[in-house]
Amino acid sequence: MDYIQGIAVLIGINLIAVLGLSILTGFTGLFSFGHGGFMAIGAYVSAIVSSRLDLPHPIAFPLAILAGALSAALISVFIGKLTLNLKGDYFCIATMGFGEAVRIILNNVNYVGGARGWANLPQFTTWWIVLGLCIVCVVVTWNLINSRQGRNLVAVREEELAAQMAGVDVFRSKMVALIVSAALAGIAGALMANYIQFLRPTMFNMAKSTDLTIMVIFGGLGSISGTIAGTILLVSLPEVFRNFAQWRLVIYGLAVIVIMVGRPQGIMGGVELTPSGIRKIFAARRAKAKLDAELKAAEQGEVA
Amino acid sequence: MNEALPLLELEGLTKRFGGLAAVNNVSFKVQEGSISGLIGPNGAGKTTIFNLITGVYKVTEGRILFQGKPIHDQEPYKIACGGVTRTFQNIRLFKNLSVFDNVYTACHRSAHYNLFESVFRLPNYWKEEKILKEKARSLLAIMGLEDRQDINANNLPYGLQRRLEITRALALDPKLLLLDEPAAGMNPDETEHLMKIIGEVRRMFNLSVLVIEHHMDLIMGICNHIHVLNFGCTLADGTAESVANDPKVVEAYLGAEEETK
Repeated sequence: MDYIQGIAVLIGINLIAVLGLSILTGFTGLFSFGHGGFMAIGAYVSAIVSSRLDLPHPIAFPLAILAGALSAALISVFIGKLTLNLKGDYFCIATMGFGEAVRIILNNVNYVGGARGWANLPQFTTWWIVLGLCIVCVVVTWNLINSRQGRNLVAVREEELAAQMAGVDVFRSKMVALIVSAALAGIAGALMANYIQFLRPTMFNMAKSTDLTIMVIFGGLGSISGTIAGTILLVSLPEVFRNFAQWRLVIYGLAVIVIMVGRPQGIMGGVELTPSGIRKIFAARRAKAKLDAELKAAEQGEVA
Repeated sequence: MNEALPLLELEGLTKRFGGLAAVNNVSFKVQEGSISGLIGPNGAGKTTIFNLITGVYKVTEGRILFQGKPIHDQEPYKIACGGVTRTFQNIRLFKNLSVFDNVYTACHRSAHYNLFESVFRLPNYWKEEKILKEKARSLLAIMGLEDRQDINANNLPYGLQRRLEITRALALDPKLLLLDEPAAGMNPDETEHLMKIIGEVRRMFNLSVLVIEHHMDLIMGICNHIHVLNFGCTLADGTAESVANDPKVVEAYLGAEEETK
């Protein structure tokens, strides 16, 4: 039971980070390969608050999470100002550089253990806290996406120039997406630090950042339910196949390849698994069928 | 019509790309409530002028005044919010969204709730969202797209995509609508229908229109005022008849290259 719960906690922590990345990549169309960096900032800052400041227990943990989220958000403002005017792949490369820079800086800061790592952190994170925060984050993400600000993000993803001509402040929209995604990554990092009680910069390397992005794409860009499904599947997959030892990561890779080849839009592919989401698919199909029938009728009328 | 206060005024507008002057010292006015045409052979700089007016390109020299205020150094989205919206020569819809969502998204300026209110779904959010939905619905109804509102934008036939783009531009309550070759790729029937729509839109929404077009029947049929460009320079400026009878225009455009399409 403890083992299952352990996996569930890992899924929850990853889900919070992936939700944030889903806002940035899935809904705003900005690919980031540096979110491990934001997680690292959240993790290390929260670890300093929870273990170095000698605060009483009931305040230490909430404060640690808050500090993790805020510090990641703050850094993202700085990064965003520098990079959000970059187009397409250049933004992606800049985030990659950021992620690596954070890791290498942490390697050299002895106050937090440097490259050797930092052990004996307090264990504050529990299953219930993770579950509660996951629900809050899903609701917040959902509400953000289904608001005028969220629709502006999607407009930026769909057609940046047209979004601008529709009065959308593209830079600000991208900034909002980046800040929210960094804050969520910060929270995930804080939960992680106070759960596994050990931090090392290599935990937040580019492979970690790529993992997060793969989960978003695997689940389907532009779908929150897809993001949840993708995270649950991809975090639990290596655990399910733990008996196969080194083969489990091959299976993980295979699963990703199969999805990318067989269903490039991801599991959910921009569709939400909710009553209104499903209604929308059927309404679109019905309306398309009706239009096709009318066009055909008009064509036949012309011929006759 | 008040001659003294044009809605839009270009003063000595110049745009250089390196050594090439795509637009060279062009000046003209768009009067309030008018439909004006901007014509010229391919590469004359028509779309460049649209890009300058909407802030996509930065002006090299000259000024653009909208309602008497300079707008050429503003961010594109601010110009759009200020009342100048446009459509594109190559249609740019939010392709993967439904027809309704295209317009719904563009209505965002009509709602006033902040990020905090949307994340926590405060009462103001619900109230303002209702206004947005109603606005999008009524716009679609006016433009005859309400039957198609659930279809994905890229599944629409070409003519309706053009119409949806105009509808989306109207969602910002513009005072000036810029149409970049709205009849491109349309047959004569569709073109005539489009002419009617443009006329109706101008009347119903009380706006002015500046249109780039190669279909001479459309331009001559609806425009009060026409400005002719050639190689980035002004060739002629005046009413439809005066432009059509101008020997320079006939030589450069109408006569020499009959049906430039």
